[in-house]
Amino acid sequence: MSDNQTRRDFLLTGLAIAGTGAACTSKKNIFEETAEAGVKPSGKKVKLLSVDGNIVEVDEAFLKPIPEMPPIPNSEERIGIAGRKFVMVIDLSRCKSLKKCQMACNYAHQLHPGISFLKVYPMQESEHTAPYWQPTNCMHCDEPPCVKVCPVDATFKRQDGIVLIDSDRCVGCRFCMAACPYSSRIFNWEEPGISAATAALPYSCEKSVPQKKGTVGKCDFCPDRARENKLPHCAEACPNGVFFFGDMNEDTVTNGAETFRFSELIRDKSGYRLMEDLGTKPSVYYLPPVNRNFPYIPEADSVHTS
Amino acid sequence: MVLVSLCLVGLAAYIRQLYYGLGVTAMRDYVSWGIYISNFVFFVAISLVGSLITAVLRLTDVHWSTPLTRIAEIIAVSAITFAALIIIVDMGRPERFYHLFMYGRLQSPITWDVIVISTYFVISLLLLYLPLLPDISILLQHQEQYPKWMVKLYKGMGSFWKNAPAQFAIMNRSVGILSVAIIPVAFSIHTVTSWLFATTYRPGWDSTNFGAYFISGAFLVGAGSVLVAMYIFRTHYKLEKYITESHFDKMGKIVVLLALLYLYFNINEFLVPAFKMKKSEEEHLTGLFAGEFAPIFWFAIFTSMFIPIFILLFKRGRRPFPAFIAGILVVIGSWFKRYLIVTPTLLHPFMPMHDVPANYRVYFPSWEEWAIAIGSLAAALLVITFFARLFPIIPIHETIEESETTSHASL
Repeated sequence: MSDNQTRRDFLLTGLAIAGTGAACTSKKNIFEETAEAGVKPSGKKVKLLSVDGNIVEVDEAFLKPIPEMPPIPNSEERIGIAGRKFVMVIDLSRCKSLKKCQMACNYAHQLHPGISFLKVYPMQESEHTAPYWQPTNCMHCDEPPCVKVCPVDATFKRQDGIVLIDSDRCVGCRFCMAACPYSSRIFNWEEPGISAATAALPYSCEKSVPQKKGTVGKCDFCPDRARENKLPHCAEACPNGVFFFGDMNEDTVTNGAETFRFSELIRDKSGYRLMEDLGTKPSVYYLPPVNRNFPYIPEADSVHTS
Repeated sequence: MVLVSLCLVGLAAYIRQLYYGLGVTAMRDYVSWGIYISNFVFFVAISLVGSLITAVLRLTDVHWSTPLTRIAEIIAVSAITFAALIIIVDMGRPERFYHLFMYGRLQSPITWDVIVISTYFVISLLLLYLPLLPDISILLQHQEQYPKWMVKLYKGMGSFWKNAPAQFAIMNRSVGILSVAIIPVAFSIHTVTSWLFATTYRPGWDSTNFGAYFISGAFLVGAGSVLVAMYIFRTHYKLEKYITESHFDKMGKIVVLLALLYLYFNINEFLVPAFKMKKSEEEHLTGLFAGEFAPIFWFAIFTSMFIPIFILLFKRGRRPFPAFIAGILVVIGSWFKRYLIVTPTLLHPFMPMHDVPANYRVYFPSWEEWAIAIGSLAAALLVITFFARLFPIIPIHETIEESETTSHASL
């Protein structure tokens, strides 16, 4: 993708890539079957918008619901989405610990009650500094300490910057949990308490579903949604637009309502990363809690967790 | 009998854990490693004694320790076996153990540990087995005394041993090579075990002192356990002629030396960060020195170092019984020391403990964990006891040879 494309183009091509990317994984083109013989034109035409923006007319008889996208094979989930470098920017000045992000994330990943990938920490560096809320998920480090220590390659770094977990591979030694300085990993100490139908699904690293007893889990940056050109669950659920998600190569991040040049946003608002001194090189950036939209109310947290 | 029932309770608890998952333990996301890992470190530590008594003392031409070699070696073999088993117990998915070989990543310290521990196990087993061969042939000369199955076992293990000079030459050479080989491997097993902690960023683990700290502690607890085993075998099997007061005297001195060495590394480990009191270390260190872990911390320091040093510094303290008590103190103190190495650090993460159920913020092992941990310790003792029932716990042949050479020398 060239740099001078507009944001709208970025979104559209994203969809196209998601489509072709998925199509390539199955042995035959899933859209091909529409042209099967034996379907007689009904003569009734409908107007449709094609992917490249043209209006086309198609006979109604040829219309067919798009089949479910075939699941992406594990080998491809381990490589990642070509040409991407995902990044997140969390604006601390907008967070009031509503925890809609956490609820949406827990629901989407069907986590065991009490367990969350995303935590909203009450932070205060020292006695005389200002307290603030800090939503914290996996940092998707470029030098991930968890990946370094994994004995079986169950947690891995993809070329699009995302760190994922293969729960079918994980042996449950929990070395990665000890290694992660951000405490962003969880462990399924018990059966995750999900419906039998979900539990029977084949595990997807990109969806982190279904969680499995005796294995580690964590925030996955929702690459399954990126393939559909959607924002991660947390970003979509946040009513205050705290989470910006995007692509470093595109230099673009968006929270759905607003879109920024990533580099400009970080430069203008003095973005930073957590524990820079450890050399982990996170993919999550924070904007400092200045000019806040909401006052810090310590009780905000207890209201929403109860 | 007590040991067998403890093992059975442990086994029952493990079956429960297999069925319900690690949820039956008190470990949660913050304290993700608990007394299983403490026990693992303890077992690895204690197993180092095999290399100390058999290899280090042999290579430095110390001969008085010959009657103790088999005690040390069986402790080593038994402990390293249960170190490996307790790791499998700690795994969330023990049935995927083969993944370590199928998908093993050489970059992970766990893979290093798997490699060095299995190597150490094999070398220790050989160092136990090879010197046993002449003794088996001695046992076979008296086979009418033993039940049939024991004779069969002896024959199966050593009927090829003909006491031929060529065989002795091969054995001595092999034991010599193995004694050299086991030293780097022994250092590796415990250094790599320390790296499981030291390769992370956490306060209390992020230390370049960790390898030496672990090794010195390991030699101490191993030597302490030999003192205990010496006393028990001596009184139980009436071996006063072979395990003499002078053995207790010398082992006692070794324990003092090792305790001082361990004390030195402890001072390094705690004084230097305590001097700086970096924010991340502060909570952890004050928790140990004066906080919730202070009682265990000072108990461990006193029982594993100060009190044994005090007892064993005096000649009267190095007589068998007081030395035995000192040995017990060292072993108990060292177990709690391993607990303190693992748990308090995990309760002081960089991020606040938040958004988790209340039981995630504390750790007190569940009955299943205690049962499994105690069961594994009991099983290790059981292996040693069984071994002592089946085989001479004093190497007969080597001891005879030893006393011959020393009597020649004195003539």
